[in-house]
Amino acid sequence: MNGIPYFPGCSLKDSARGFESSALFVMETLGLPLVELERWNCCGTVYSLTEDDLMHHLASVRNLIRTREAGGDELVALCSMCYNTLARVAARVDADAEAREKINAFMDEEPDYEGGVQIVHLLHVLRDRIGPDAIAEATTRPLDGLSVATYYGCTLVRPKSVSVDDSENPTAMGDVLDATGATIVDFPFATECCGTYQVVDRPDLSLERSYRVLHSAARAGAHVVATACPLCQHNLEQARDRFAESDGIGALTVAYFTELLAAALGADPPPEGLGPMLEIHVTAEGGA
Amino acid sequence: MDDGKRTQIYIMGKAYDVPVGITIMDAMEYAGYRFTRGAGCRSGFCGACGTVYRKEGEYRLEFALACQEMVEEGMHLTQLPFTPAPRASYALDELDPSENVLLQFYPEIARCVSCNTCTKACPQDIEVMDYIQAALRGDLERVTELSFDCIQCGLCAMRCPADIKHYHVAQMARRLHGVSASPEPEHLSVRMAELSDGTYDAELDELVAMDVDGLKARYAQRRIEPASEEGS
Repeated sequence: MNGIPYFPGCSLKDSARGFESSALFVMETLGLPLVELERWNCCGTVYSLTEDDLMHHLASVRNLIRTREAGGDELVALCSMCYNTLARVAARVDADAEAREKINAFMDEEPDYEGGVQIVHLLHVLRDRIGPDAIAEATTRPLDGLSVATYYGCTLVRPKSVSVDDSENPTAMGDVLDATGATIVDFPFATECCGTYQVVDRPDLSLERSYRVLHSAARAGAHVVATACPLCQHNLEQARDRFAESDGIGALTVAYFTELLAAALGADPPPEGLGPMLEIHVTAEGGA
Repeated sequence: MDDGKRTQIYIMGKAYDVPVGITIMDAMEYAGYRFTRGAGCRSGFCGACGTVYRKEGEYRLEFALACQEMVEEGMHLTQLPFTPAPRASYALDELDPSENVLLQFYPEIARCVSCNTCTKACPQDIEVMDYIQAALRGDLERVTELSFDCIQCGLCAMRCPADIKHYHVAQMARRLHGVSASPEPEHLSVRMAELSDGTYDAELDELVAMDVDGLKARYAQRRIEPASEEGS
């Protein structure tokens, strides 16, 4: 197959379209295009921790079956919640033959799933297969002068078994963005929770959590907070707008890491909302 | 149809001998049941007679239109009068189809666990779960394409463990897609103008005033698909 099968997830087709379009541009530009999985369905959103709650694993398993049908043995996820759910279900059914058998018996209209599909995050592909050198080489609009706080949140790095990197001190996003010339700032809230779906019932709680992340990024001197999750992105943007007056938070841009990459790799025009920021920080300080 | 061969079926647990080669609906009427609801066009189009049955010795519940499915030996039958599934109220021209309005009006679609039970319940062989998945991501075009053959029987909604009202969701998607992405057909604009100009008011008043025998006579004389008559 020319390209890698990837799983967009519902948000990337709706509220987070910029995440998908920038990722597609980046991978096309780097010569390893993403190919959307045929007939994918929602990942299930959250991995069910109830031991016998196999019903909530069906959604992810169907996507693993679709991957097999496409002739693949790996599936690339972009949204970190999709990544987390898919990866944990894949690991569960790989390790638990009895659960697999029950799921297969229930889904009697599908071919049996025998296990073995690997869920990888786009960061894995960018860092380990394409590599920073190739990204640096493909960079046509260096992000020199741009300070980036790379925000991982929870689902990219927890639990440890599916973490994209060292779960205490992840650097994968930084390794990739550093290749564009951007400066990666050290900020201690990189793996703190944004408040996640508490935003629905307890918006005060998610605003407070997200404020702390933004405050930490602003203090570290970041111009932009890079994310890999539509829900983190939403919560951070809400908090940025709500606390715009405080501690330089209003000046922060929140962007998907793929949007920054797309800008560096020459996306013209740059992803929506990034133009003014690049104008201020990159052209002025970095020079072209 | 009745060549003298008989078969045994069960209607709500009670055994009946009925002729072979008749539909579930005909078999139940043969046994003495009379339908005032749960029956409609009797031609497989209206969706009023969606039904469930089990065959002797089978673990699986089967789904069909009672007016279409033939009885088989050992079938366990009943008839469903109605699917209780409230439909959202909305004004199409006040909605923005670029937002995911399906999720706003039917938030329970987010409860889908992809079990596919809806698809298995569909007598029209529609990929119901796939269109709910498309609805979840606001893809009106795909919902429209996948659900096009839906006849609104409601069996999907009766079976869903997430309490989704699939067929109402799909209908809303088709309407939104219709007003937002399809060109308005000329004959529709012409007919709408005729209706607002009162072109047919006199004929309608005549029908309203007519007695039952008169209506029956007019019904028997009616022209079916006049356009194809003219063409022939």
